[in-house]
Amino acid sequence: MAAISLDINGKKYDLDIDPKMPLLWAIRDVVGLKGTKFGCGMAQCGACTVHMNGHPTRSCVLPVQSVVGSKITTIEGIGTEENLHPVQKAWIDEQVPQCGYCQSGQIMAAVALLKDKPAPTDADITSAMQGHICRCGTYDRIRKAIHTAAKSKSPKGEMSGGK
Amino acid sequence: MSNRRTFLKTLGLSSASFVLGVSSFAKGNAVVNMSTDPMSLALEINPFIVIQPSGQITLINPRPDMGQGSTQAVPSLLAEELEVSLDQVTIAQSDGKGKYGDQTSGGSSSVRALWTPIRQAGAAAKEMLIKAAAQRWSVPESECYAEKAKVIHRLSGKSLTYGEVADDASKLEIPKNPKLKDPKDFKIIGKYAPRLDVPARVTGKAVYGIDVEVPGMVYAVMLHSPMIHGKVVSIDDSEALKIKGVQKVLKCERPMPHRTSEAVAIIADNYWAALSAKKVVKVQWDNGTLGQTLTTAAYFKKCAEAATKEGLKAEEEGDFAATFGAAAKKLEAVYETPFLAHAPMEPENAIAHIKDDGTAEVWAPIQGPDWALRDLAGYLKIKPEQIKINVALLGGAFGRKAYHDFLLEACFLSKDVKKPVKLVWTREDDITQGPYRPGMMARMQGAVDAKGNIVAYHHHPIGESIQFQVFKAPSNKPDDWVCGELSQKEQKYNIPAFKISYTHVPTEIPIVWWRSVYASNFGFSQEGFFDELAHAANKDPLKARLELMSDARFKKVLETLAEKSNWGEKLPAGQGKGIAIFKSFGSISACCVTVAKQGTGVKIEKVVSVIDCGHYVNPDNVKAQTEGNIVMGITAAVKKGITFTNGQSDPTNFHQYQVMRMNEMPKVEIHIVESGAEPGGVGEPGLPPIAPALANAVFAATGKRIRRLPFDLNTLASV
Repeated sequence: MAAISLDINGKKYDLDIDPKMPLLWAIRDVVGLKGTKFGCGMAQCGACTVHMNGHPTRSCVLPVQSVVGSKITTIEGIGTEENLHPVQKAWIDEQVPQCGYCQSGQIMAAVALLKDKPAPTDADITSAMQGHICRCGTYDRIRKAIHTAAKSKSPKGEMSGGK
Repeated sequence: MSNRRTFLKTLGLSSASFVLGVSSFAKGNAVVNMSTDPMSLALEINPFIVIQPSGQITLINPRPDMGQGSTQAVPSLLAEELEVSLDQVTIAQSDGKGKYGDQTSGGSSSVRALWTPIRQAGAAAKEMLIKAAAQRWSVPESECYAEKAKVIHRLSGKSLTYGEVADDASKLEIPKNPKLKDPKDFKIIGKYAPRLDVPARVTGKAVYGIDVEVPGMVYAVMLHSPMIHGKVVSIDDSEALKIKGVQKVLKCERPMPHRTSEAVAIIADNYWAALSAKKVVKVQWDNGTLGQTLTTAAYFKKCAEAATKEGLKAEEEGDFAATFGAAAKKLEAVYETPFLAHAPMEPENAIAHIKDDGTAEVWAPIQGPDWALRDLAGYLKIKPEQIKINVALLGGAFGRKAYHDFLLEACFLSKDVKKPVKLVWTREDDITQGPYRPGMMARMQGAVDAKGNIVAYHHHPIGESIQFQVFKAPSNKPDDWVCGELSQKEQKYNIPAFKISYTHVPTEIPIVWWRSVYASNFGFSQEGFFDELAHAANKDPLKARLELMSDARFKKVLETLAEKSNWGEKLPAGQGKGIAIFKSFGSISACCVTVAKQGTGVKIEKVVSVIDCGHYVNPDNVKAQTEGNIVMGITAAVKKGITFTNGQSDPTNFHQYQVMRMNEMPKVEIHIVESGAEPGGVGEPGLPPIAPALANAVFAATGKRIRRLPFDLNTLASV
């Protein structure tokens, strides 16, 4: 056990945990933010994706000690039902989720993609999203929703992943 | 009316755990004041509607949502007849108690099974509310109507909210034959509507089983036998117990329907500690002869032997042997489909709390709280009344979460440690432990006469049976789940000599239903082989089907597919199209796959699916489910399945058990045939035609016939 200080969604958390605990379990079970999901535990499916300093990162294999000093953003830090991020709004407009379990990770990847490439091509989308498994098979809608988000002019202005 | 309070109590709407676990979609807190009066009708009808004097309306959804949209679909049936809109109500999940009837999401049954009874529940309630209002106003009921949770007096324009008349209405007699709406008057059913559960699912707020926490709980991970049925000889937990937070390592069990296996579990303060301990616990297993017997090669060898012999006859129209024997062209082939894991994105998990007073409470992502209640009562040897089930959202299931081994494991552990235990399987548990879709074989025979007519057809399914393994039905007759679905009556091929046989080949590899069940195995053999017969008859595969089918709905589906897929168009060199049609779960689905040669293999360019599911609730959800079926159907055809070598599953996680990803996604198009027929299923029927249409497209493009799944798209070889 050790004192680990994490910055998650702009809030500081001082935790007394095993420094080798993957960030996923610190976020879910210690901090209590349940939107980030466990899918495989070996960075194969993308369900656990969060932003580390704005970049999509698999939290299930990332020891907490390696993220000290980094800014972590989870799905809860992207937007809320009352104040949706344009990507989340596009996900609703296109009715993307079925079970929805993988969608936090998918959205984190899409937010980062659009920050990097505000008008992504199909190839850009494929490249950014192919690390994410959706067993319900919503890939076609995810692609549409990313295009929709790219076109949207939201009050929030530009895509701001990892804010 | 006497059991109104019981009703609320068993619903658990006032318990904090219920709110934590299930009410993520509730607009506001789904807390019901026990002193208020819900409207109460007969147990068969009315447990589904709770109206409070405040006006709050709660609709009970008896079918857990695993992503198939039942959170919208079933309440829509109620709301349509009750005359409320879904944004005016709170939706709660049923808890397995008998008064809610069948509560298992499976067999694509939610809408088709509830189509009449749930609408009747809504209509009966509406009639009672109207009557209560009419009595209050002393006007005839015929002058009143209901709209948006109000009763309105047509002549005066005055109105009362449902809440204002709920108490009076609850004291009225329940109408025996409430009048259902004419479908042409539907405002909700059949219309596009965004699913109201989606915002919670894109903001991280939806509460899945794995997200539930209860006070005082401990975490558990399982250390299952690598060969599934191995026996525990010894456990060395010395290193594990040195890990901070690890409380206990114990021998336990994994209760499966067909047998209970031994297992080991680690209990810890937090999940990571338990996972860390799993890596250092040393268990010696006695695997007996499992290394030799528990292999898929040994199983398929037995299936192949069965394919050389006659099976049990399930059905015969005409004289197959005579027609086949006399025919000009005879075809014989063996088709094979692999074992598959469901691999829902949310691994199996459950919280169980077996209390000192002998009662039990569980929280879990399960497809059927009613089945779970039966299984829990049987396993714990207590009465159903002593069990409280809280169904959480399911992060995918596909059939897996109607098999309760993980739930009973959590019960065993809670009983031992006398605390609530939260058990979460790892992905490795999920992929290596089963239950799986059974791998199956099919022996096919068919014949074409001298005039080019397809005159004889014999489908002989071979393999393990869910009825026989899971439900222990006597296996001395053909499995009617398999043979009933493949019968001429269902699949509508008017071939003069039509025969279905069956051979059961048992295995100890655990199996269960997987999205579309046997249709995913035998849709492939039926439709792949029919393509072979059409080619043998020198006929266009689509026209050959139309020639043999007289059923108007099947024909319409095929004609729609021909039109939407431009079936007759001339394709560029190197491209090919294949089609397939299959009826399952009350719906007819067909698809056309287009492939293009690429190197030594093919690329899937496009899939056009057509479905006639009769009446449906939300066309967009029909499309979404069909899109999902395309993806899962292609995955099942071209990605490695589950193989067991030396008693163990070869794949262990997603790096080896691969599923289709976005880079492999073809263009897709879905078309719904508006037949207006009785509702059929939506969650599964789109899947069975995918693999055979793909294989038939490969044949059209390359001349290579695929009879064994999975195959590698890059080489067309079996993998």
